[in-house]
Amino acid sequence: MSAIVQNLLGPGWPWVRLLLYLAGIGAFVGANAAYLVLAERKIAGRIQRRPGPNEAGFGGWMQPFADVGKLFAKQMMIPPGTDRLLYCLAPLMVMAPPLICLTVIPYGENLVARNVDVGLLLVFSFGSINVMALMLAGWASRNKFAIISSARVVSQNVAYEIPMLLVVITLLMATGTLNLNEIVGQQGGWFWNWNFFRVWVNPLMPVTFVIFFICMLAETNRAPFDMAEAESELVAGAFTEYGGMGFGVFFMAEYANIVVGCSIATVLFFGGWQSPFVVLSGPVFGPLWFMVKLYALVFTVMWVRWTFPRTQFYNLLNLSWKILIPISLFTLLLTGAMMKLPLLLHHLF
Amino acid sequence: MSPTIDQICGRFTELLGQAAAAAPQDGAAPAAGPVRRTDHSQKGCDLDVIVSPLQVAAAAEILDREGFGLDAVTGVDWLAQGEMEVVYDYFHPVAPLRVTIRARVPRAEPELPTISAVFPGANWHERETHDFFGIRFLGHPNLTPLLLPEDADYHPLRKDYKP
Amino acid sequence: MIAQKEAPPAGPSGGAPQETFVLNLGPQHPAAHGVLRILMTMDGEWITRAEPVIGYIHRMHEKMGENRTWAKFLPNTSRIDYLSAMHYTHAFVGAVERAAKIEVPARAEYIRVITSELNRIASHMVWWGALLSDLGGLTPFLYAFDDRELILDLFEGICGARLTYCYYRFGGLCNDVDDDFLKGARAFVKHMPPRLKMYRDLVTDNIILRKRLTGIGPISADMCRRYGATGPVIRGAGVAYDVRKVEPYSAYPQFDFKIPVYPECDSMARYLVRMDEMEQSLRIVEQALDSLPAGPVMGKVPRVLKLPPGDYSYAVEAARGRFMVRIVSDGKDIPYRVRLRTPSFSNLSLFEEASRGMILPDALAMLGSLDLVIPDIDR
Repeated sequence: MSAIVQNLLGPGWPWVRLLLYLAGIGAFVGANAAYLVLAERKIAGRIQRRPGPNEAGFGGWMQPFADVGKLFAKQMMIPPGTDRLLYCLAPLMVMAPPLICLTVIPYGENLVARNVDVGLLLVFSFGSINVMALMLAGWASRNKFAIISSARVVSQNVAYEIPMLLVVITLLMATGTLNLNEIVGQQGGWFWNWNFFRVWVNPLMPVTFVIFFICMLAETNRAPFDMAEAESELVAGAFTEYGGMGFGVFFMAEYANIVVGCSIATVLFFGGWQSPFVVLSGPVFGPLWFMVKLYALVFTVMWVRWTFPRTQFYNLLNLSWKILIPISLFTLLLTGAMMKLPLLLHHLF
Repeated sequence: MSPTIDQICGRFTELLGQAAAAAPQDGAAPAAGPVRRTDHSQKGCDLDVIVSPLQVAAAAEILDREGFGLDAVTGVDWLAQGEMEVVYDYFHPVAPLRVTIRARVPRAEPELPTISAVFPGANWHERETHDFFGIRFLGHPNLTPLLLPEDADYHPLRKDYKP
Repeated sequence: MIAQKEAPPAGPSGGAPQETFVLNLGPQHPAAHGVLRILMTMDGEWITRAEPVIGYIHRMHEKMGENRTWAKFLPNTSRIDYLSAMHYTHAFVGAVERAAKIEVPARAEYIRVITSELNRIASHMVWWGALLSDLGGLTPFLYAFDDRELILDLFEGICGARLTYCYYRFGGLCNDVDDDFLKGARAFVKHMPPRLKMYRDLVTDNIILRKRLTGIGPISADMCRRYGATGPVIRGAGVAYDVRKVEPYSAYPQFDFKIPVYPECDSMARYLVRMDEMEQSLRIVEQALDSLPAGPVMGKVPRVLKLPPGDYSYAVEAARGRFMVRIVSDGKDIPYRVRLRTPSFSNLSLFEEASRGMILPDALAMLGSLDLVIPDIDR
């Protein structure tokens, strides 16, 4: 169909396409942020044996609108003595990276805003801006809790960037490309072709995913690694001084980041838009499969949050430096060895 | 290591220079004198010792050596007698023993030494007693209001206190 | 595990003092469970000095005691520690009964034991949920309140109140228990052990929780003694001090129960003590229900209660430790002096010494393991 539209519009098509995707991604992030909050509260309610929000319209389904209405109605106050520029810049900076990252995610075979060859690199480079935003928020707020929080966020993100990138490199060695759509393309056919199950490339592939998932939780500051917010220790961490929509943006960005993280996990490990069975694939079912996998992972993220207590900060760093980094290094070496071993044997014998 | 009541009695008679107290007879009035053994089922404590205000720290040291823990410090305002009584309660974590130490200070000048150097837990209890009764504990590291507002200059548990 | 840092007075190589800042934790802080304020001098995330500042909800119960009759002070006792109101009423009632030499019928004593122990479980459930929410796990709180709800329903049935019971009276109880209560209590005794097992599997054995509590916040037996800390705090330091055994009161000598003791002195030990205590409380309740004697629940009490002059004290094992009431009577119908020795006050007073050199999240975990109720501290 896009071919017809393309012919119709002629040279103007790339711009229209860009605008369409911009609107689409904006709507996707907005809807996700709004309804994932509701989903989280409903799931939390379910886990805690209570109904969750059920008052605002149609069994609670209008709750996000009520929330957003409330947040907009609140005054956004800039406390005296803060660094006004940075204080206002932080919410913008926290929201921009997930929006950019989503442009390269392939939702379907042809459903990707920008099919960039270095898509994965782009995601990780923009993804790491997130920490800057939280640091700015904490620093600019002129609040002791916020400053402690921003110090924590930086050391946490630095610590978890490393194992995350190590496992991604492990995957890259197997896939040989940074283009996300190509990575998905390689995982076609039955579900055992997904990277998660490709134990013949590396017998530790599921472990790699677990490391990736843990790092993703830590990078998105989700429980049990929510050091940035840590509400029972640091009140609201870096967001303590934010109110109204300033806080709302941080809140939205958290969910947008989860969506990005889970999308990447889906693409890298679970075959993106590929059907787990050979049947039921194609341009209609592709995005559907993607969404199913994506939200299954998002659900897992929420499930973890409502099950575990928060880790202690130094244990969190120990987990990264003493456990995750050595294991991910080992998987990296193992993958390399397994790829080169046949070659070596061939040369020797 | 759990001390017996006789040992504790001995220590205090040593301190106060008094003949050892006899065990209480049932229903009889408690024997006069500063070291009195009381019936736990009637009074809730085993040994009741009256010391002079200057001896409270020495008494605390005795009990500290015997392994007692500090239960509470409090005051009683005896307006009619013109005196204030400071009551120290001790419990023993192992032996079923409870000891009460009392000291009376004049209302006009309610001062006695602190025991917070011996039992750090007394720090807060003495601050509280100072709040409520205005009893000054000499040598206390930080005798500022604890439960009352920081600018409080009244002592609500004094019997002549008018709100 | 993090080695505890010594408080650093001077910077490296004896240079300028290390920079510290003051962090005001509270009086409105999510981990303070009410209006507790802790003035923390911090070196980064390390605490060099943490001074609790209390008194924000001081209500002067002791003064209230001096201007009303003995019986009229009774409702106040439930309001000191609202989570273990039964124990607190028990201590005051016990002190007055001791002074006035009032005989309490056996049935009343047994029901006092049953309700006290149920109240202990309810209180520990709140502590458990609150500790876990301090540690960032919000789900157990709701489960704990589920169980607590059953107990509160039972109490509501016998005395009409769900929190501030005022169920005990001088000489007995205000109401006899009905069949609904006995049936409900029996059902609860059956309901609870599987739940406790679930909590053990789901929470106690969780590695994150173990990492958060094991080896954190050591409080030695000697420190407990010097500060007068009692209850699960001293039992978590390896001392089997329990007022129910050391100074037996009410009908407790008739029952067979153990005092859970853990010698590790850390937050985990205090945690486990309370978890085991709930099992023991269930045992006591079961035994008391099985051997509940018939008869009246109210002894002979004079119409106008005047206590003989003298001072009397009575201690009970409340959920947080030793609670003692010392009453001084001058022979009138109103108390001359009522002294309330509350366990949380002493348990918190050791925080300044125990938290030195800890990091903030550990200190808060320790604060949670002390199980503080702020009105109990401030009175």
